[in-house]
Amino acid sequence: MIIKNYFKLDSKIPIGPLNHKWINHKSSLKLVSPSNRSNIEIIVVGTGLSGGSISATLAELGYQVKVFCYQDSPRRAHSVAAQGGINAAKNYKGDNDSVYQLFYDTIKGGDYRSREANVYRLAEISSNIIDQCVAQGVPFARDYAGYLENRSFGGTKVSRTFYAKGQTGQQLLLACYSSMSRQIGKGRIKMYNRYEMLELVVIDGITRGIISRNLVSGEIERHAAHAVIIASGGYGNVFFLSTNAMGSNSSAIWKVHKKGGFFANPCFTQIHPTCIPAHANYQSKLTLMSESLRNDGRIWVPKNIEDAISIRNGEKNPEDILEEKRDYYLERRYPSFGNLVPRDVASRAAKERCDKGFGIENNENKEGVFLDFSSSIERYGIEKANELGIKNPSLMEIKKFGEEIIESKYGNLFHMYEKITDQNPYKNPMKIYPAVHYTMGGLWVDYNLMSSIPGCYVIGEANFSDHGANRLGASALMQGLADGYFILPYTIADYISIYIHNKKKLSTKHIEFNKSEKKVKQRILQLISNNGDLSVDYFHRKLGNIMWKYVGMSRDNNGLSKAIKKIQELRNEFWKNIFVPGNIEDGFNSELEKAGRVADFLELGELIAMDALSRKESCGSHFRIENQTKEGESIRDDFHYKHVSIWKYQENKSISEEIMYKENLTFSSVKLQSRSYK
Amino acid sequence: MKKLLNFILKIWRQKNNEEKGKFETYRIGDISPDSSFLEMLDLLNNKILYRRVGEPISFDHDCREGICGMCSLYINGRAHGPESLITTCQLHMRHFHNGETIYIEPWRAKSFPIIKDLVVDRSSFDRIIISGGYISVNTFGKTIDGNLIPIPKEDADKAFDAGTCIGCGACVAACKNRSAMLFVAAKVSQFSLLPQGKIESKKRVLNMVKKMDEEGFGNCTNTMACEIDCPKGISTEYISFMNKEYIQSFI
Repeated sequence: MIIKNYFKLDSKIPIGPLNHKWINHKSSLKLVSPSNRSNIEIIVVGTGLSGGSISATLAELGYQVKVFCYQDSPRRAHSVAAQGGINAAKNYKGDNDSVYQLFYDTIKGGDYRSREANVYRLAEISSNIIDQCVAQGVPFARDYAGYLENRSFGGTKVSRTFYAKGQTGQQLLLACYSSMSRQIGKGRIKMYNRYEMLELVVIDGITRGIISRNLVSGEIERHAAHAVIIASGGYGNVFFLSTNAMGSNSSAIWKVHKKGGFFANPCFTQIHPTCIPAHANYQSKLTLMSESLRNDGRIWVPKNIEDAISIRNGEKNPEDILEEKRDYYLERRYPSFGNLVPRDVASRAAKERCDKGFGIENNENKEGVFLDFSSSIERYGIEKANELGIKNPSLMEIKKFGEEIIESKYGNLFHMYEKITDQNPYKNPMKIYPAVHYTMGGLWVDYNLMSSIPGCYVIGEANFSDHGANRLGASALMQGLADGYFILPYTIADYISIYIHNKKKLSTKHIEFNKSEKKVKQRILQLISNNGDLSVDYFHRKLGNIMWKYVGMSRDNNGLSKAIKKIQELRNEFWKNIFVPGNIEDGFNSELEKAGRVADFLELGELIAMDALSRKESCGSHFRIENQTKEGESIRDDFHYKHVSIWKYQENKSISEEIMYKENLTFSSVKLQSRSYK
Repeated sequence: MKKLLNFILKIWRQKNNEEKGKFETYRIGDISPDSSFLEMLDLLNNKILYRRVGEPISFDHDCREGICGMCSLYINGRAHGPESLITTCQLHMRHFHNGETIYIEPWRAKSFPIIKDLVVDRSSFDRIIISGGYISVNTFGKTIDGNLIPIPKEDADKAFDAGTCIGCGACVAACKNRSAMLFVAAKVSQFSLLPQGKIESKKRVLNMVKKMDEEGFGNCTNTMACEIDCPKGISTEYISFMNKEYIQSFI
């Protein structure tokens, strides 16, 4: 890798005080008049919260929009799986929340590695999102007076998370989807279900379209547009086992990267503390339990190692361990935030206990901790009994009342847990362990959300700017919708306005379209005609093992160097020994789909490891073993690393020869402090 | 270590919607009872791949946590298998007996044409939503404060329960008439229960019902199989609610 200190691209952050930047910027952006909009064609890749919201909004504005998703319907995008909620600085609870508080929590939660101006804009817009979604018919939780309910999430001291039971993502996504559907009906959106983007077409340095594959017929198609928006989500599946949907992939962003789109902070991967632990080697997927559970669940492991061993062996049950023999390690280490510390802190603390041998799950690595609801069930039960005027309620009554209240808050999560593990979480504590969840890195974008290739925009999890080194809970939904509903519709007009005067006709006949299409076909042929011995899943699992072991929750110099070498070897082996059944003219072929995606993961994985190696500080979700305090807390190094690492691919060269640039981060309104949640 | 299980699988194979399909028999062993149904199919596909005995079986799946609605499969004559309130991805092999023969078929409905093997085309559902399954508010953010539309908790909860439909199509597959009433009723009810959606409720129910008929879905004869097989437990009460809305729209 080559490291350069200067970054030549303008991030276009407006001047002026933080709270005026977005207002001032909006007033300086160029407009496209309504009568001209129908002549403009825009492509959107992905239909999650960001892709769905931008598609609906651009179509409403009158643009012609083509939308692509690999699922059979846009309603299935993985945003649908987000559980806990969406943040907004409404101060409905009167706990002194404000735009500044939300901004501050997000900047601090991200360990001061996100862009101040972007994060402030996000906080400013947050309230608008809730109102918009209510108008679209999102059935948010309400209190008995009919007003919107809130709950709290990790890393904050206020209650600002709006929710619809444990299915907030689903409800928000379906609202986007119905707004999109309305525009499909009007003919302003043309929907391409079961399609995959396989190449970005760039002509004279400007984005002109994409090459796609129809996953049902196998046809390769060309699509031209005045602008392309990538909303394809994160790349957590590079780890194989993650909380992402099986089809979530990095191919769209990776094609943009290889066409000149800079990749920022690839190593910032969030490990979510509350997943159901992996139980066996055939497992295909990890399932998340919402962070909101930490509002009522207390996390513990036994104090004595013998007890942990007995629990693992099934000789003792959690309720056999007396209160004083339990180590509520988050409450012990972080008294002021307790179980509501941010995700990275909670994850590392669980790893620390399990590494020391206190894990309670009987799996390969003896990893798992308890998330125990018994105290909350008892507390709620007593409150309810009081409310009903029942004097001296029996233990059974208290439990029954308490369980009812827990059920009304988290019913679907408890149901899901029981179906997967065959254990009743109302009676026994849940078992949880950290797993790969969300990627904070992504394609580099400027303040207008444009990548380093003019005309190619990137929104939602696919870009890098808002979460820094660690994402706080309930802020991904907020970012996806802010980008799609309220930011990009304004900023993209500024770019598109040039086409009104410069009436260049769109065409797919240009030589660059030929070249790109040829490249896509060659690669498919290469995969299909390679008569190797090993399946795609074999390589994916192997890559995942390397990534989790060396580039996972904690990393060190040796491990990372080893990982880079191992990934290179694995990639060579892949191209020599992969076996993909079928013929190029065949249609539906899920092995082929997976093969192309894993080939991209095998390159991205190396870049992630390179980025992790170059960042010799512990920061957010990225923990370098060499940089920690005696108590095992991370040490950030603002002197050397207060920057975004931005990677540039050099055409026809290997990933190891990518160049790293630095965008320095400046903070005008917050003082950088070491993050303490004690 | 739990006892590993063996199964005989009878799986529907079909190249596309034009060609005839048939059941193929596969044997699979050493399956952990904790493995999910789809993980078992993954293992079977790997076996098919490594032995070079034909093409792997195509089936739809994505989130594997019971919420995206992409997975389907008609298992032993039930949509999403023998367990209630779950999707196929959440069905575990512990619910089957060792040595059991398991029949696996695609959703069977004219309105869901087969794409390949167990994969069907459910875009008719999308077209029903396109015909009116929305509130016609623009997404520009110039709406009123959310708290200025107070909604009784009971109504919000009821709308939420209807809104949890994942659009998987199990209701259609379970119904002897291949009716999509539960799916349509859930959306119609969600919006009609909320003050924001009330304004357009007449137009919505008329358009959606018309589209549902055009797409070739059958009628409801109240056998309630849809409710039993719905992974989200959506109640047929919503069908009554929709019928009421439908009749009222003529008044």
